[in-house]
Amino acid sequence: MEFADVFITLAIIFGLFMAWGIGANDVANAMATSVGSKALTLKQAIIIAAVFEFAGAYLAGGEVTKTIRKGMLDNAMLASSPELVVYGMLAALLAAGIWLLIASKMGWPVSTTHSIVGAIVGFAAVGIGIEAVKWAKVGSIVASWVVSPVMSGLIAFLLFLSVQKLILLTPDPLKNAKRYVPLYMFLVGFIVTLVTLFKGLKHIGLHTSSLQNYSLAVGFGVLTMLFGYYTISKIKIDPDADRDFHFTNVEKIFGILMMVTACAMAFAHGSNDVANAVGPMAAVVSISQSGVLTQKAALSPWILVIGGVGIIAGLMMYGKRVIATVGKGITDLTPSRGFAATLAAAITVVIASGTGLPISTTHTLVGAVLGVGIARGIGAVNMRVVRTIFMSWIVTLPAGAFLAIMFFFMFKGIFTS
Amino acid sequence: MVTNVFANIFGSSPVRPLQMHMSKVTACVSELTPYFDAVLSEDWKQARAIHKEISKLEREADKLKKQLRLNLPKGIMLPVSRRDLLEVLTMQDNVANQAKDISGLILGRKMVFPDELGEKIKEFVARCIDTCVQAETTVNELDELVETGFKGSELQVVESMIKKLDKIESETDKIQVNIRAKLYKLEKELPPIDVMFMYKIIEGIGEVADISQRVGSRLQLMLAR
Repeated sequence: MEFADVFITLAIIFGLFMAWGIGANDVANAMATSVGSKALTLKQAIIIAAVFEFAGAYLAGGEVTKTIRKGMLDNAMLASSPELVVYGMLAALLAAGIWLLIASKMGWPVSTTHSIVGAIVGFAAVGIGIEAVKWAKVGSIVASWVVSPVMSGLIAFLLFLSVQKLILLTPDPLKNAKRYVPLYMFLVGFIVTLVTLFKGLKHIGLHTSSLQNYSLAVGFGVLTMLFGYYTISKIKIDPDADRDFHFTNVEKIFGILMMVTACAMAFAHGSNDVANAVGPMAAVVSISQSGVLTQKAALSPWILVIGGVGIIAGLMMYGKRVIATVGKGITDLTPSRGFAATLAAAITVVIASGTGLPISTTHTLVGAVLGVGIARGIGAVNMRVVRTIFMSWIVTLPAGAFLAIMFFFMFKGIFTS
Repeated sequence: MVTNVFANIFGSSPVRPLQMHMSKVTACVSELTPYFDAVLSEDWKQARAIHKEISKLEREADKLKKQLRLNLPKGIMLPVSRRDLLEVLTMQDNVANQAKDISGLILGRKMVFPDELGEKIKEFVARCIDTCVQAETTVNELDELVETGFKGSELQVVESMIKKLDKIESETDKIQVNIRAKLYKLEKELPPIDVMFMYKIIEGIGEVADISQRVGSRLQLMLAR
């Protein structure tokens, strides 16, 4: 294909830009609850995010990448003019990246997922033709944006109720916390491993049967649990600390759980949101290299690495500040509540990743926080912010689309002279 | 400036400010002990100084009350009903107002109580302050209640605290009846207008305990759902 090197270079630059934005904003949001509830220090949060984001993207991110890369467009229609898809994907990356930057500067809680989906649908519908978009697939994605916060809210609600029932409401919460918290850790390890395995790890050469999947998941769960038992036994219980607030020591134990959950959250985020940057990049690279659209080539690992590097760079350069601000802001989120919210969000996101649906981690997390709030577990939830989030949800789609259409015609003009 | 969804989604929790307000109220009411010591020994200079302190604490409580009210706009989802919360706040504030009113009235009229009543009044004031302190203890459990989602053994702890509050309050009622009976026996030898105001003050001190108890009842309404 003509200009292949130019396209690939541009894709890498724009992809890095987009990944940087994701790291700066989205990852920071995902990790903020852990830092906010003082379960992790800033440095620990960044290391965990870096390791598990990458693992999530590499091990479990394939499906979502596929959806973003080609799931929303009608390939048969575009086969005759693959260069249009290249322009479009470049435009989408640039549009989403710029929109994210604007939104972060203005403090609007926008979702990276919404901006990239809006951008792709925008360039395809206007630049190529309404029929170029697989509306059924886009419809199911949009539906998942409604369902995912509700689902994570429900899971968070139930998780928090179980925490209440098993630990907080009992006469001796400390003893029960020591007993049951490792079980929650088991749950974290089990679910994340199971969903990842069932989606398949063929791309790293791992073929497993259902039975193997289950036993592996149980194994990972037990491993997490043992880690939990060990760490909890290391905690120093300070009876004096309970004088003012009776749950100080219990919360220390939940702090460990929160750490494990934060890993799961980073993993889940990596599996879903990294695709937002990597998907279009992969599309551009594979089309430029082969000149054909419907190519079954697997995702090259180096593209994922670029996505990972971009995200970690964004997190370290800019996300640090976001986490720090939030960390100071959230005083209301103790580890026991933060854990319920984060785990619920992580489970929802991992399941969505498994089915290839790009959902917004931020919004899922907000849904989970509301779930804990409804269980009367949080002192106050600002519903105005929830409304703002909903509004930004509606604004982001046309904004991403508009920018993408603009860039699409710009690239088309530059390269088809 | 970096603003963020998660920093904002958590509205400021009303629990801590409510507790701060209550501790200010208790500090204000507790000044009644040295105040009555001064009044009963007719040390008006000292009494004036303490009354000033009481007024100052009451004003500070007022300020906290206003701040909390302004921080509870409609768009905030709370674990307890807004109305119950604001009513607890109003009740708490009334306790401090009552303390200020009593001390102001006594000082303004430079009231002298008969010696026979002195000890009994001190006991009465002390017990009424106990009611207020018990109400504060109960309010201080609110953060634990939020933690447990207003359920379970913590709820029982709070309910037993409210029960104790009621018990102390009914004790103050008995002391009040006792003092009134004593005053009734003495009233013929005292200037009638002074006696009228003495009854008023005794009633006023009793009110401190009454309103403190009402703080507890409002809390109970919060929990009973």
